[in-house]
Amino acid sequence: MKHRAWFAAALLAAATAVQAQAPIRIGAFLAVTGPAAFLGDPEQKTLELYVEKLNAGGGVLGRKLQLVSYDSAGDAEKARTFAKRLIEQDKVDLIVGGSTTGETMAVVPLVEAAGMPFISLAGAVVITEPVKKWVFKTPHTDRMACERIFLDMRGRKIERIGLISGSGGFDKSMRGECLKVASTYRVQIVADEAYAGSDTDMTTQLTKIKNTPGVQAVLNAGFGQGPAIVTKNFKQLGMNMPLYQSHGVASKQYIQLAGDAAEGVRLPAAAVLIAEKLPADDKQRPVAVSYKRAYEARFKQEISTFGGHAHDGLMIAIEAMKRAGSTDKAKVRDAIESTKGFLGTGGVVNMSPTDHMGLDLTHFRMLEVRKGDWTLVQ
Amino acid sequence: MSAQFLQFLLAGLTIGAIYALVALGFSIIYNASQVINFAQGEFVMVGGMCTVWLGNAGWPLPAAIAAAVLLAALLGLALERFAVEPARGASVVTLIIITIGASILLRGLATLVWDKKIHALKPFSGEAPIQIGGATLLPQSLWVLGVTLVVVLLLSWFFGRTLLGKALLATSHNRLAAQLVGISVRRVLLVAFGLSAALGAVAGILIAPITFTAWDVGVMLGLKGFAAAILGGMGSGPGAVVGGLALGLIEAMGAGYLSSAYKDALAFVIILAVLFFMPSGLLGKRSADRV
Repeated sequence: MKHRAWFAAALLAAATAVQAQAPIRIGAFLAVTGPAAFLGDPEQKTLELYVEKLNAGGGVLGRKLQLVSYDSAGDAEKARTFAKRLIEQDKVDLIVGGSTTGETMAVVPLVEAAGMPFISLAGAVVITEPVKKWVFKTPHTDRMACERIFLDMRGRKIERIGLISGSGGFDKSMRGECLKVASTYRVQIVADEAYAGSDTDMTTQLTKIKNTPGVQAVLNAGFGQGPAIVTKNFKQLGMNMPLYQSHGVASKQYIQLAGDAAEGVRLPAAAVLIAEKLPADDKQRPVAVSYKRAYEARFKQEISTFGGHAHDGLMIAIEAMKRAGSTDKAKVRDAIESTKGFLGTGGVVNMSPTDHMGLDLTHFRMLEVRKGDWTLVQ
Repeated sequence: MSAQFLQFLLAGLTIGAIYALVALGFSIIYNASQVINFAQGEFVMVGGMCTVWLGNAGWPLPAAIAAAVLLAALLGLALERFAVEPARGASVVTLIIITIGASILLRGLATLVWDKKIHALKPFSGEAPIQIGGATLLPQSLWVLGVTLVVVLLLSWFFGRTLLGKALLATSHNRLAAQLVGISVRRVLLVAFGLSAALGAVAGILIAPITFTAWDVGVMLGLKGFAAAILGGMGSGPGAVVGGLALGLIEAMGAGYLSSAYKDALAFVIILAVLFFMPSGLLGKRSADRV
């Protein structure tokens, strides 16, 4: 009898020891392939890179990290399935993921029901407005992009603009937000054109905008190849006015695709794109430069802001776990919500119970393409 | 107003010419085998992607183009030899499903062999827009229209004047009779797939400088080409050309004068209407089933 008790105690001790050594499981579902692969691919790489880095530095809370990642191919239905698997089978401690708004919104009811801290990497404002208890996000919203652009337009005395947007979820959402906030900035949208995501020629829509009387600038809401074609067509038609793009094209690939036509195009983006050109006293410079160097050294390809969102998401989660001193989901959630002054690639993050993104316009930079590279507009 | 109309016209003709080339590829294979080859769009993708890839590897443009067309043609032959041929005797629907499988395979391979990014091919002769009566045209559009014209002329010569072309036509009219007069139907099928694939690749290369290319461009171009082939009359060469140009023009004019948001919807509504009143397309053969 006594022996048995000892044996049980030993087993229990062994089990606790194993428990302490068990890795912290970070779940992810990302659009690594498919039409949104340009988002998911750098996000996946960034998560892999930083989980490795953190483990090399001894892990978190004395435990190693383990990344459990699935490729949702940008499909909301698949994202749901994988999120379910992450919660029920893989029993992850936290989820960072959802490259697109569609995937994210499909997963929201699951994480809310399961009480799973979830940091989304998608853009639209609906993700954190209204606030959902377990859902956070890292990128700037589409509404902020509109606001930042309109602010810049005001500075250039632009009052009447043409809007051209794609048919994707992000494009439509941004178009709606721009229409909503335009009047606040006393900008009037006098032409409103659309194109399908797979369209190959936008000269028709742009000709209509060009022929609308009084247009002073064009704003293109979209991501992927569409904005690059718009940019080329814009140049082809000899439209002599400023062209604004969204943060949806914030990668070097856009400049490569649009070529010379991209000269002079402005867009709002996170500071990480111009990491090495930031002034030495910029608060964000250290994190931006270190992310850029680490990523580019490892993968031999240029960074985009999208990978930066994943970096910020993972780091916010890790910091929160450290502050909570455990991986208890409720404690981690509370810690994420109380994130203050976190320096990320996207900006300075100050979360609160009413703000699950924590970014403001101050660190949303206005960039201009000059000589085939991004430069900061002062 | 007329400058605006001209701009829409030029945009419509350029994209229409590409739809026409893809539609021709559909028609050739359909004629030879009654199969609608849903991997046709992937040949378009292979043409563009391979040219970009070889160009980046330092090949001169003409050599890269020739190699890309050749590669696509070989893929077409391989599709016939290793996927369609072994299933001969299966129903047409089975064969069509095989081509859908092939298209998924080709897309997957493209992401592995190349990558998942969007690429731009340098225009063949500069990017300075040409001014025509207030409208602008890219030099590349002239390449698209010119090469499409040459290809159409070559094809009509091939089908009208060469023995192989006539064998293809004969097979399309009556397979059994063609076999009886000594035409090797297997060889005809191979030629049809190779030729269609090469045509698709040509389209993919011509359009790449204007619209970019990526592993998944074939889906959309394939669908539009298919719609153009249906509109013109599946299996008809002139029909494919007319259907392609018509579809391009409908899209451009629809977006220009009606609503750009309903551009694609408008194109498909017109196609439905055409099919409703003229089930065999604009220039298709009237088919009648013997009861």
